[in-house]
Amino acid sequence: MAEGARILIVDDEPAIRRFLKTVLTAHGYTVFEATRGEEAISQVTAQRPDAIVLDLGLPDMDGVQVTRVLREWLQTPILILSVRGSEVDKIAALDAGADDYLTKPFGSGELLARLRVALRRAAKNANEPIFQTGALKIDFAKRVVMMNENEIQLTPTEYDLLRALALDAGKVLTHHHLLRAVWGVGYDEEMHMLRVNISNLRKKIEPDATRPRYIVTEPGVGYRLRVSE
Amino acid sequence: MNRPDPDALLARVQSETSTRTRGKLKIFLGYAAGVGKTYAMLQAARQRKEQSIDVVVAYAETHGRQETDALLEGLEILPRKTIEYRGVTLSDMDLDAVLARKPQLALVDELAHTNAEGMRHPKRVQDVLEILDAGIDVYTTLNIQHLESLNDVVAQITGVYVRETLPDSILDTADDIELIDLPPEELLQRLRDGKVYVPEQAQRALNKFFRQGNLTALREMTLRRAAMRVDDQMRDYMRTRAIPGPWAAGERLMVAVSASALGEKLVRRARHLADELNAAWFVVFVETREQLRLSQSQQDQLARTLHLAEELGAQTQTLAANEIVPALMDFARAHNITKIIAGKPLRPRWQEFLRGSLVQQLIRASGEIDVYVVSAQAESAAQSLRASWRPHAPFIRYVYAALLIAAATILSLLVDPFLSNTNLAMFYLLAVVIAALFLGRGPSVFASVLGVLAFDFIFVPPLLNFAVNDTEYVLTFIALFAVGLVVSELTARVREQADAARQREQDNAALYALSRDLAVTANSKDILRALETNAALVFDRRVTILLPGKTGKELKPIAGDGAELAENEYGVALWAYEHGQTAGRDTDTLPAAKMRFVPLKTARGILGVIGVTRSDESKPLSPSQRRMFDTFASLVATAIERIQLADTARQAQVRQETEELQNALLNSVSHDLRTPLVSITGALTSLQEDAALDDATRHALIENARGETERLNRLVGNLLDMTRVEAGALHLRLEPSDMQDAIGSALEQLERRLQGREVRVQLPEDLPLVPMDFALIVQVLVNLIDNALKYSQAPIEIRAHAQSTQIQVQVLDRGIGIPSAELPYIFDRLYRVQRPEMVSGTGMGLAICKGIVEAHGGTITAENRLGGGTLITFTLPLKNISDATKRG
Repeated sequence: MAEGARILIVDDEPAIRRFLKTVLTAHGYTVFEATRGEEAISQVTAQRPDAIVLDLGLPDMDGVQVTRVLREWLQTPILILSVRGSEVDKIAALDAGADDYLTKPFGSGELLARLRVALRRAAKNANEPIFQTGALKIDFAKRVVMMNENEIQLTPTEYDLLRALALDAGKVLTHHHLLRAVWGVGYDEEMHMLRVNISNLRKKIEPDATRPRYIVTEPGVGYRLRVSE
Repeated sequence: MNRPDPDALLARVQSETSTRTRGKLKIFLGYAAGVGKTYAMLQAARQRKEQSIDVVVAYAETHGRQETDALLEGLEILPRKTIEYRGVTLSDMDLDAVLARKPQLALVDELAHTNAEGMRHPKRVQDVLEILDAGIDVYTTLNIQHLESLNDVVAQITGVYVRETLPDSILDTADDIELIDLPPEELLQRLRDGKVYVPEQAQRALNKFFRQGNLTALREMTLRRAAMRVDDQMRDYMRTRAIPGPWAAGERLMVAVSASALGEKLVRRARHLADELNAAWFVVFVETREQLRLSQSQQDQLARTLHLAEELGAQTQTLAANEIVPALMDFARAHNITKIIAGKPLRPRWQEFLRGSLVQQLIRASGEIDVYVVSAQAESAAQSLRASWRPHAPFIRYVYAALLIAAATILSLLVDPFLSNTNLAMFYLLAVVIAALFLGRGPSVFASVLGVLAFDFIFVPPLLNFAVNDTEYVLTFIALFAVGLVVSELTARVREQADAARQREQDNAALYALSRDLAVTANSKDILRALETNAALVFDRRVTILLPGKTGKELKPIAGDGAELAENEYGVALWAYEHGQTAGRDTDTLPAAKMRFVPLKTARGILGVIGVTRSDESKPLSPSQRRMFDTFASLVATAIERIQLADTARQAQVRQETEELQNALLNSVSHDLRTPLVSITGALTSLQEDAALDDATRHALIENARGETERLNRLVGNLLDMTRVEAGALHLRLEPSDMQDAIGSALEQLERRLQGREVRVQLPEDLPLVPMDFALIVQVLVNLIDNALKYSQAPIEIRAHAQSTQIQVQVLDRGIGIPSAELPYIFDRLYRVQRPEMVSGTGMGLAICKGIVEAHGGTITAENRLGGGTLITFTLPLKNISDATKRG
């Protein structure tokens, strides 16, 4: 359903809206536009888009706030647009329920790829028993991780971490989110445990741990399990 | 194109001004001849020379010793100056030659040396001071026995009196002291081996000097002096950094000196005691009426004593008073003196009994204060007699008055047969005048009454009866009595006037002391300290200075040492500030307050207020003291105004420098922003307007435009980072992070530019987590790797390893390297190594790296690699840096 999907663009900059509209329309998407937060919310109700591209800096309300409002009743994927240096805002938006973010300036290829991943994940029915990307395969039922058909031995924590990343493959997961998902509430400050486990996990599954292919760091925000298209 | 570099300009101006400052003095201190001072000095000088410091030997005395002579080789030695003096050829250091040669460092042996007659200064130390003033550093040598304050002690221990002495202040002001120590046994062995130079004529004296006991004592003295200096430095350090310490509330010594030779000895002793107790000390001289008639030599002696005291670090004070002991005790109480040191003049017992000894009175009056009595062997009895012939106990004066009348009576009886009775009254008149002159008002009135009675009783008929036959005598009585009263009144008034004059002089001295202290202040804390010291000395009050804050509607104390005011006190201060009038305790406005607030008025308005605290026991200020304090306040106000004006001037200068920098930045940025825009616009217009382009050209244009947009993006990012670093707005979000992860992220960000380039990453397995702001360190790595990519073709290497307290990360390339002359500047903002045209950059990348790394408490350095290429190393501390820079 990737082609022909309905996309809502929320940005107050006409130039950026024009660019997004041109690119997305050219790729067969149907595009709606909004310039303000209030307008975005009413457009969502009226147009029922399949995905939302949302700028963080809106004149009337914060993009984070818009995300929070929408997430109260809506599962539509939200892609955040932000500028470099606003890591705190990105984290807030992701924790509020946004699916992914793009740092301005970005290329159209990057945008389309992220949008495809988000749309595909939204369409997917939950809990497939087997996850696969590239040479990495995870069998959730058997709790087995395979790399090039070789079984990899993971500690329970490492497995939980990989599973959390794989369940939301392609999506940026904040440090906070991962800590809660794997260790539970109350471990929010134990960042070093996350770092150590990610490091160990990479040593086991990455061909070159210094240039990770699967577990990608989003500096200052979190991690993402990269999916091959 | 060559853009000006404001930083380099500034650095040059600063270095030029700093060359004009005073040279540094280093003293090689030993306890006796032969311990190796000259040897050590020459060795140190040779080391400096190896560091390419310009060293010159201005004067060195090797006494022909081979080892020492050998050290002179290769050092530039200035010829000595020889002069003919009364037929004798004398040679000494050529001061003018040293000044003309102007080396960075001059060696001058034997600091305590007395110059040959005919040289510019009588003492070598004066030559050295002049050399220092010329901005030349000096190394010199000194033996401990030449120190002024140790002179007596050394003479006592060794029996050798050293004439060439130096003020202790030279040791205190030396920038550096190196202690040259040698165990006495070894020194004696060297002496026996003939390795110590001993002049022929002093052989005997020196043999007496070089004894184990003497040497040990001298050595101990030297070591203690050196240790004391280290102590002082520590205290200075703590004080300049406002570290609270235990120095303030210690012992306070007072030395009572007279105009006798004993004074100097007392002062030296007191300095030792003060040093040992780490105490503040005061040398006090009480000026009574008699002292106005000191002989010239006594006045000189007194001046010498006080001068010595100042040299040795005492605060000196001259008190004007009629009575010595009460004046001393008043001063002692006012200044919280804990120990009094006084001399014990040798005087026959009967004199003490008759006139009362000063020391006895002092001890009786001292109460809780300890009194130390130092014996005076040197002082002759005659001297001490003259110094204080006036009796000290008041009642004794009435006895004297009576004795005077008795003497007049005896004289009258003797001459009675030859003179008429009325003329005898003149003897009594004389006695009254003498009493008025020397004994004060009471005794003189007493004398006149007694005189009238005695005259009446003995000489006026009926004899031996108070009755008077001849009424004419009544007139004589009245005249005698009246003259007595008038004379004593006049004398007393003259004395009061003298007292007042002396008081004025003292006030002036206090004002002078304050203004002198204020003249050298550079900031408001210095002013407060100067005021505190002087106010405590003169008024026995503690003070605070309150200045308005930024809004102008609040007042803030200068020093934070518990100077916070209670709310109601603060209200009084604010009132005084707003109304420009004194308020608070001992005034008409809000007298219930604990403190008194005096406004600081200048022509520009009211700058703030001085708060004065008095303890509950202390008396209110007298009107004259109050006037005095107001003068203090206006002096302080002027000083604060001066500092504020200087601040304004400095800010204007900084603003100008910032403006210059901004202009340079603007020039650079407008150039760097336009260049990519030109390429992009060019590419886009070609694509739009030129239909004849083939596909390959179109593709090339698009590729070029895209590359330029990336460059533009990097530039804007750099500008933002630079602004943040410059503004100090770099908020670190320190989290334990994996350096490998950071390197990976940096490579990921540079992926497009890394196409076809090899990057080798060498990391140990067990690299610990580093507390860092992940995103910022990734930025550092991106900038460093990007630079390496720009300037080299060969593979780039990235290494990291943990050291005990830090992690070290290195980025290495095999590029063209950095010209070594430019290495120190490459981390300066806007500095760009002159490079081939094709390489573009803003000169901000490395400055940003430096800003980020230093914000983490780390360091960043660059060096050229053997075999070509550049190596950039940065370190990050493994322990968390202070919480102040940490956020969330």
